[in-house]
Amino acid sequence: MNGVPDFVNTLLPFLPEWIQAVVFYGVVALILFISVILTMAFLTLAERRVIGSIQARIGPNRVGPGGLLQPFADVLKLMLKEIVIPTASNKFLFIIAPLLAVIPALAAWAVVPLWPGFAVADINAGLLYLLALSSAGVYGVILAGWATNSKYAFLGAMRAAAQMVAYEIAMGFALVGVVMAAGSLNLGEIIEKQAGGYFSYFFWWMIPLFVVYFISGVAETNRAPFDVVEGESEIVAGFHVEYSGMAFAVFFVAEYVNMILISALTSIFFFGGWLSPFEGYPLPGFITAPGFHWLFLKISFFLFCYLWFRATFPRYRYDQIMRLGWKVFIPVTLVWLAVLGVFFAYDIGPWSK
Amino acid sequence: MSITEILFYAFSGVLLVSAVGVITARNPVHAALFLVFSFFNSAVLWMLLEAEFLAIVLVLVYVGAVMVLFLFVVMMLDVNVAEVRAGFTRYAPLGILIALIVVAEIGSVVWVKSLGTEVTPVAQVAVAEGYSNTGALGQLLYTKYLYPFELAAVILLLAIVAAIVLTMRRRAGLKQQDIAAQVSVRAQDRVRVVKMPPVIEGGEKQS
Repeated sequence: MNGVPDFVNTLLPFLPEWIQAVVFYGVVALILFISVILTMAFLTLAERRVIGSIQARIGPNRVGPGGLLQPFADVLKLMLKEIVIPTASNKFLFIIAPLLAVIPALAAWAVVPLWPGFAVADINAGLLYLLALSSAGVYGVILAGWATNSKYAFLGAMRAAAQMVAYEIAMGFALVGVVMAAGSLNLGEIIEKQAGGYFSYFFWWMIPLFVVYFISGVAETNRAPFDVVEGESEIVAGFHVEYSGMAFAVFFVAEYVNMILISALTSIFFFGGWLSPFEGYPLPGFITAPGFHWLFLKISFFLFCYLWFRATFPRYRYDQIMRLGWKVFIPVTLVWLAVLGVFFAYDIGPWSK
Repeated sequence: MSITEILFYAFSGVLLVSAVGVITARNPVHAALFLVFSFFNSAVLWMLLEAEFLAIVLVLVYVGAVMVLFLFVVMMLDVNVAEVRAGFTRYAPLGILIALIVVAEIGSVVWVKSLGTEVTPVAQVAVAEGYSNTGALGQLLYTKYLYPFELAAVILLLAIVAAIVLTMRRRAGLKQQDIAAQVSVRAQDRVRVVKMPPVIEGGEKQS
């Protein structure tokens, strides 16, 4: 099988080749899964501390040193809670809906290149795969809202369906520009095309596309200021109003994993992913070398932006969200794609070489 | 049996079961979900044929967009199942006839294929190193089939324009927002600050 390193054969010589591949990819996927979940756990803590600072409070600082064990306390609490299933709900869909939300969010990580030459599945159509999975993620929300059999949850689901379909289009169009510049759908190749220091990142040539992509990403993950899907003040908690305990926690995990994913993708598409911005500078090796640390820094920055937005902006009105998605973002991306076309025709930009 | 064959039979079995589920499920939402599930399974079958682009686009377009809107509508409409089923016996003969025609067509295609012409197994279509299904498809679409492709695009654009024009229909009593007016509004258009002399109770001024 391709892609399986040799040491697997030395470790497990008694197994047929395809089982070796299954074992290898299983272990890799498990490690990735645990890392993503841990990042997500600490992101919840970071969110509470950052928003605390912005609002001149302290935030959770009691459990463990500096509050570092707070996420584990939260998980323990949620695990001990009872999962209440409403009598009039559709039980099968009610239980399966959180899984439908979290599985696409986690599966999308398979194609994300984490450091030079490494992605769990380095497939050619990686970008299409991401778009397909992120569009499948809306089912969890819609089904949760419908299966709960409550008006509030149903309203949340309807809002989610309309909002996600609207912003997916803008997101896809923004990525068309990236694909035009990179000439590939493979995420690794998209990053390599941006090599050559901070000025060759696609960001400089596609600022409107970047803005559209990141804001659409915030809308896709139903985060503030686009969180009308949950909208506490209008529809209580939206689609997950009847969920409790771990069933709620799974929705929570899906939302935060999606946030990390969108941040990772923004840094990959517009900011060179694992590339170092100081390539070719006379600086110590780890600064100029590409690697996971650069991707991590970039992801952290965009995650911070997420938290910053949440603490800064009031919630959008629903009709304004729809207007922004359809009547502002889509025309902006279309115009900028035409501008990019002119750039290509006259060989302006880093892709001219 | 190779691993590919096992996967093929497993996924086609599930595909058939869920396809039957689409037409037998009593609840329209369940039927739509069965349809989503069968789309996923057929995407896997295409993936096994190394048609990765078609597989992913099936999920992206049908599962991600079309079926979401479909579910949206199905959930909103309170479909009365009994009413829909009322004419079942009346239309059943016609339905059976159409089903038989479709079965006969599929059968004849399979039969023609089995006549002498050797069916190319997947393994024989050797793909070169670095072959990209998506790239190959794009190359064909934008060179050999450019005009049909553009024609399809223009027809789709026409459909979009037509759909938008339908919503532009003016009717009496329609309330619409004027976004430009909303954005350009100033505080003095909405709030009038009135200067009033202070009224002092009892005519005495407190210091």
